[in-house]
Amino acid sequence: MEQSDLKQWEQRCIQEEPPECTAACPLHVDARAFVRHVRDGRWREAWQTLARTMPLAGVLGRICDAPCQARCKRGEVGDAIRIGALERVCVAQAQENYRFTPLPSKGQRIAILGSGLSSLTAAWDLIRKSYGVTLYDAGDRPGAALQAQHAPILSGDSMTAELAWLEKWGVRFEAGAPLPTPSFFQQTVEEFDALYLGLDSIDSDQWPLTRNAEGSLQVDPQIFTTSNPKVFAGGLTSSTILRAAQGRWVATSMDRFLQKVSLTAGREKEGAFATRLFTSLAGVQPLRAVAMADAQSGYSAAEATAEAARCLNCQCLECVKVCPYLEAFGAYPRKYAREIYNNESIVMGTRTANTLINSCSLCGLCQAVCPEDFAMQDLCLQTRRSMVEKGKMPASAHEFALEDMAFSQSDDFFLVRHAPGQKQSSHLFFPGCQLCASSPGQAAALYDYLRTRLGSVGLALGCCGAPAHWAGRREESEKILNLWQKQWEEMGRPQFLLACSACHQMFRELRPQVPIQSVWETLAAVGLPESPNTSPSACLAIHDPCTTREALHLQTAARQVLAAAGIAAEELPLGQELTECCGFGGLMANANPSLAQEVTRRRAALSAHDYLTYCAMCRDRLAAVGKRALHLLDLIFPPAGESDPAARPRPGWSQRRENRARLKQMLLEKVWSEAPVAGANYAKINLMISAEVRKRLDERRILEEDLQQTIARAEAGGPRLRHPVTGRLRAAFRPRHVTFWVEYAPIKEGFEVFNAYCHRMEVKS
Amino acid sequence: MKTTEDWSEELSWRCAACDRPLEMGQVTVTYMENSFTTDMPRCRQCGQVLVPEGLALGKMAEVEKILEDK
Repeated sequence: MEQSDLKQWEQRCIQEEPPECTAACPLHVDARAFVRHVRDGRWREAWQTLARTMPLAGVLGRICDAPCQARCKRGEVGDAIRIGALERVCVAQAQENYRFTPLPSKGQRIAILGSGLSSLTAAWDLIRKSYGVTLYDAGDRPGAALQAQHAPILSGDSMTAELAWLEKWGVRFEAGAPLPTPSFFQQTVEEFDALYLGLDSIDSDQWPLTRNAEGSLQVDPQIFTTSNPKVFAGGLTSSTILRAAQGRWVATSMDRFLQKVSLTAGREKEGAFATRLFTSLAGVQPLRAVAMADAQSGYSAAEATAEAARCLNCQCLECVKVCPYLEAFGAYPRKYAREIYNNESIVMGTRTANTLINSCSLCGLCQAVCPEDFAMQDLCLQTRRSMVEKGKMPASAHEFALEDMAFSQSDDFFLVRHAPGQKQSSHLFFPGCQLCASSPGQAAALYDYLRTRLGSVGLALGCCGAPAHWAGRREESEKILNLWQKQWEEMGRPQFLLACSACHQMFRELRPQVPIQSVWETLAAVGLPESPNTSPSACLAIHDPCTTREALHLQTAARQVLAAAGIAAEELPLGQELTECCGFGGLMANANPSLAQEVTRRRAALSAHDYLTYCAMCRDRLAAVGKRALHLLDLIFPPAGESDPAARPRPGWSQRRENRARLKQMLLEKVWSEAPVAGANYAKINLMISAEVRKRLDERRILEEDLQQTIARAEAGGPRLRHPVTGRLRAAFRPRHVTFWVEYAPIKEGFEVFNAYCHRMEVKS
Repeated sequence: MKTTEDWSEELSWRCAACDRPLEMGQVTVTYMENSFTTDMPRCRQCGQVLVPEGLALGKMAEVEKILEDK
């Protein structure tokens, strides 16, 4: 990922965009944080939040006209938060010392004429920029006119206190100055390096400056220059906060003028602006503003905290709300993009984002709910590919799934045939590896049925390459897809009939030239077989596989099949285009098993009904967390000997391999009348394993085949350890990248296995 | 790879070929071109090592991840 790519990714996630209140404020006060502090009764922090941005917070906080309220999102469901009233109670509650860091003087002097809000703000900012500031006022006391204008709220000593701060920092006040006279103007222009005319408190037609047709002073509305380059003017607006803002912008202009830099560059975000932050109002209950017991004196502290508690604390987080994966890493896509970029850029050191990158299910729900189309799955997949290319992909992340894929492509399972007695195929049934791993009988029954309805239907057993694709191993997934494309061409370009929506997605997106159809579409078109008493015992809710998110016609077809079977089912709150992954997608379950289990649990908890799905992996994962779940084929070809198919357990990894191998043998024998092929020698070793140990080994992804190989080698004279008391044996074997340890004992029927574990490191003495 | 595990159970195993008890001794652990030495139960005569389950699932898995993320 290049830095420019990172910028584009970051730009797309809007979580860090300011909320409407901040964007509406000419000074960009962080009103969201301010209100949060008030809600929590943290008056000191609330005041500090105001004072960080606001000049003269003790004054402005009392008279701010709060344009933020007009854009407050709460106002769309009830009344806007009364932020102005909260500011007033806050500045009355808390008065802290302002932060002021004196800098070496720039040696340039600025005169400010008038003591309105714009003048006081300009003085506030310019003294911080270390100019000498003299403020001239016509009356006896600066700020008196402003105070009178806002009586009684500014009647107390709030004005005096803020003026005292200015004086303390070095602002000079000159009272009784003849501000409107040309001679005073001339003298000040000559004496000072720059001059500000605060038009909110003074005016004069005697100043030698250009005026417009209506007779008012000609002032640039953005940078506040006049016809004299040394003279700036502003403050002509009825809004108090805007007057203060103009004072601030004038200070910026004067500073740039005196520093001899551009007065206009980079000032686009001054003033109110449109924000891109999206905040969902779904499910927000309307609330009226908290009433004031005494409207004259404003909110009490208790009323203020109650009012602040209505704040929606505007955030986007649309994706994080629906994705346990995005939630689990504690941030949101903008931050993740940065972490992933840093992870890729590391030369020496630990890549802390590897788990983040490999845990995404690539399901695309984030993009479906994102107002800006942020696609975490694209970011993760492209990064996985780059990690693979650079040799930086952790070997353990996907190896088990890739070995399972290799098994599916090996002679143990791989098979491509025309229908028996046929020399060509109009269709090619591709059940996919995991349906055959989970329900070989149903895969066989469906193949028989498709042949009776469509005639020349060939069969293809194998894997579509999805695991390699998800693991970022483009070379391997392309190799497999190329193989299928070649098979398709050799078989006379039949239409693929796919029973797995992950296979459908692979061919749809990566081999669009191969004509495909989901078997649910086929069944919806040709009709269902007569099957006795398929009614499920309970209410059903449909779980759509995440790989159908962008193939709504598959979802529709599955519902048509269901309707044809005469069965009604409910929709889940997150269904169809907003469906969630079961935890297997993107190899999440390989890279992050505990998170994947949490994902499955959350999905399972969405409805108390039994789930109905049409992906074997989804069904099995749901079953593994104790959710009653049916596969659509359970209704069409009820599994033999299962009185309650929704309760059938998930077959373990060993069983899933055996099921595939047996299915191939069974089909060769029954459909093509061929003799079965004998397996490897170790496969003949008979193992006794208790259910508890079996479960543990499945979680550790240790296959029976691994146990058989280890024991076969030890019993053929390989190294073994013996326990003197129990007589049990322990042996290790490292067929490839993993060392398996098995604790076992010979019994009459073969061997009993008590435990097994594995590690990737190699240990030698 | 320091560990405070109690390996008395592992040390009660005997090498089946040499019929000798296992003793703690130096072994070399290798992963992803990284190699280091540590002590584990092993047969002094033939060198057969026993990697304890707690070590394989705990500390070893942790170090494997650290090395993979490097």
